Amino acid sequence: MAIKNPIAGLNKIFDNRVRLGVMSILVVNDEISFNDLKQMLEVTDGNLATHLLTLEDEKFIKVHKGFIGRKTNTTYSVTKTGEKAFGDHISALEKMINGIK
Amino acid sequence: MSEHNQSLEAIQDIRRMMKRSSRFISLSGLSGIAAGFWALLGSFFAYNWIYEYYQGYKVSGYTGSSFQLLKYNLLALAIIVLIAALVSAYYFTWLKAKRNNMPLWDHTSKNLLINMLIPLIAGGLLILAMFRYDEWRFVAPISLIFYGLSLVNGSKYTLDDIRYLGFLQILLGLINTQFIGYGLYFWAFGFGVLHIIYGFIMWWKYERGNRQKSFA
Repeated sequence: MAIKNPIAGLNKIFDNRVRLGVMSILVVNDEISFNDLKQMLEVTDGNLATHLLTLEDEKFIKVHKGFIGRKTNTTYSVTKTGEKAFGDHISALEKMINGIK
Repeated sequence: MSEHNQSLEAIQDIRRMMKRSSRFISLSGLSGIAAGFWALLGSFFAYNWIYEYYQGYKVSGYTGSSFQLLKYNLLALAIIVLIAALVSAYYFTWLKAKRNNMPLWDHTSKNLLINMLIPLIAGGLLILAMFRYDEWRFVAPISLIFYGLSLVNGSKYTLDDIRYLGFLQILLGLINTQFIGYGLYFWAFGFGVLHIIYGFIMWWKYERGNRQKSFA
């Protein structure tokens, strides 16, 4: 069998720090609101919204639109696909670090 | 090499985000020390009042009114101690959150609070129910046990160390059931001494270093 290329598992989608952050947060929490994400990642509304859209298009995250009183409350959770892609990405990162050491 | 550093950085980022988003890590050790201090002070007053009551009991016998007075005083004392402990715990945790630039009220602190309150409220109601039947002997053990359960339950949403403090409180409460009448000593040890020791360990482990860094 050929030696596996460690970089093969790396996912381009997670190259971005914000998207990586969103995924890290979502895999350990059931559901997180837009505002909580914004607070934890310290990014602007527009910036976060763009990255969330990318992740949504990849079907890595699910969006739930709800209301608290009259205010909209949008929450996000990770999908099975997203969880798997994220896991593969971390394994690839680990392999890279171990390979070069 | 730079790729190596990049992956390392990415992994560190991931780990930080996972921890920061799922656990409330601003809980301060100083909160524990302060709560322990109030508990010991409260126990000291309670001990003196009970002692005085028994002195009076020996001299003039049982008078319903002085017993009622003692009961109300102890209840008021317990409420004051609880409030003082909560306020100082809140204050030191608020300070730590501010220093670390973290929000005090977010979904992690909400999770922590809800999960701690479930056993606490259940235990509190149980104690009130027992008062109704004039059963006061198990107040100290039950408050220790349910507080311990609350810490164990809450430990999933904050620093892991709280879990062991919870185990110790439960154990102490269970031992106390075999030494009814020494409740105040067990209570002072659990809520006072253990809190101070644990608060100090937590402060030493998590906060001492940060402080030095911010001075440097």
